[in-house]
Amino acid sequence: MSVAKHKFRVGRRGLILVGGAGLLVLALPPARALTRPSLQEAVNGFTGGTPVETGKVKLDVPPLVENGNAVGVTVTVESPMTAGDHVRRIALFNEKNPQADVAVFTLGSRAGRARIATRIRLATSQTLIAVAELSDGSYWSSSANVIVTLAACIEDLS
Amino acid sequence: MSRTLVSVPKTARAGEVIDIRAMIAHPMETGYRMGPNGQAIPRKIIRHFACDYDGEEVFSAEFHPAMSANPFVAFSTVATKTGTLTFRWTDDDGKVETASAEIAVS
Amino acid sequence: MRFPLAFAAAQLCAGIAVAQEIPPSERRSGTNFMSAETQAIQADDGSNPGMLWVLQGGSLWDEPAGASRRSCASCHGEAATSMRGVAARYPAFDAASGASIDLAGKIDQCRMTRQHATSLPRESEELLGLTAYVGHQSRGMPIAPPDDARLDAARAEGKRLFQTRMGQLDLSCSSCHDANWRGRLGGSAVTQAHPTGYPIYRLEWQTIGSLQRRMRGCMVGVRAEPFAYGSAEFVALELYLAERAAGLAIETPAVRP
Repeated sequence: MSVAKHKFRVGRRGLILVGGAGLLVLALPPARALTRPSLQEAVNGFTGGTPVETGKVKLDVPPLVENGNAVGVTVTVESPMTAGDHVRRIALFNEKNPQADVAVFTLGSRAGRARIATRIRLATSQTLIAVAELSDGSYWSSSANVIVTLAACIEDLS
Repeated sequence: MSRTLVSVPKTARAGEVIDIRAMIAHPMETGYRMGPNGQAIPRKIIRHFACDYDGEEVFSAEFHPAMSANPFVAFSTVATKTGTLTFRWTDDDGKVETASAEIAVS
Repeated sequence: MRFPLAFAAAQLCAGIAVAQEIPPSERRSGTNFMSAETQAIQADDGSNPGMLWVLQGGSLWDEPAGASRRSCASCHGEAATSMRGVAARYPAFDAASGASIDLAGKIDQCRMTRQHATSLPRESEELLGLTAYVGHQSRGMPIAPPDDARLDAARAEGKRLFQTRMGQLDLSCSSCHDANWRGRLGGSAVTQAHPTGYPIYRLEWQTIGSLQRRMRGCMVGVRAEPFAYGSAEFVALELYLAERAAGLAIETPAVRP
């Protein structure tokens, strides 16, 4: 933005400013790191801004894991799972991976039980959040902190 | 060769909630890793998973790179009638791999 | 991390002088050192990712290959019967080459000489799949190294290698896995290094891999030049490891962090 603005200046001083802005941009981290939404922004993207209530959702994840490449996660939601009252979707988001999204599961009344389990990657110790969308349009969530220990010896790739 | 592993009970009573687990061999390459030559390994993941029961979709999921390699999902469905459960995994290139399992409902 | 790495390394060095073999009554599989969550992944075939390779190996077992157009099954029939207990006896003496051979080497040799097919590279999906499938047929059986005098020299060499300090860190396998198996290195359990579940699905690798890949990882860890895949040194080490783990149950495909 500042580059475009300065371009309209004709003086030598303006050109120097342009050069300075260019260097600044180069020094910043890669674009994808900049574009990662916060945990809250990711949740808002899923709910469309509808307020999220705490409760109904149980997020089971070990507090300390041996390896972040496969962290077992179970999400259970209190719901009768009938045609009129069920969980539509369950979403998982993380705080510190390069991307906030983990997965979105679509259940519906035929699931019979509002519970899913999966294995996910966590790049480092961080917060994880599960958000459930119910058939009445309400959103419920639960979060958990996970400590990821690092392997002592990392194998070379060759 | 498609390598999938699904577990579905062989029999169930009508109305019973059955547990299903599905796994597929896939590296779920995130696009954030570098190979030994310092070049980025391109992203390649399973993006979508779905389970149909006698032709009707009963469960689906959208995956992102934060899903583990060889993605695993456990979920449930209500046994309604004797039939086939089919599983579909779709990757970034639109390639689809499938698996199926029969269930006898009494 | 609980302990600074330097402290852990110093402890390991201190243990070198007293490194003794683990008495049979204290031998424990790596499974015992894992978290309950990782144990649960291994225990259930529906959630153990290693089973994906066992399944692939099972398909390859029945698939004709090479100029012979014969499959493994053409000669060996049902693996559940013919391969039961085989992995428990490997490495074994190979009369054809006059040397000891490991299970993956034997499978590939069979492929080349009987099926007249091309050799499968070490760590290829196919060779790992077949080795996992054959290994899986012995699950639950105790490791039973053959009482074969022709293996003695290689087994002794394996023991010597296991106890030889190497690399910039100047550690032997024994420095950690005999003298300090109760300890931790950073966040990881050191363990006794028993080859009970190979090929293993390792969470760090995010895939399945052989015992030789695991040993190469350890060698890189101590900053040593790793032996080559399929080398006599690795087969010798495997022979000693099998003797050292005799009686422990086979778990293939095991899951490890």
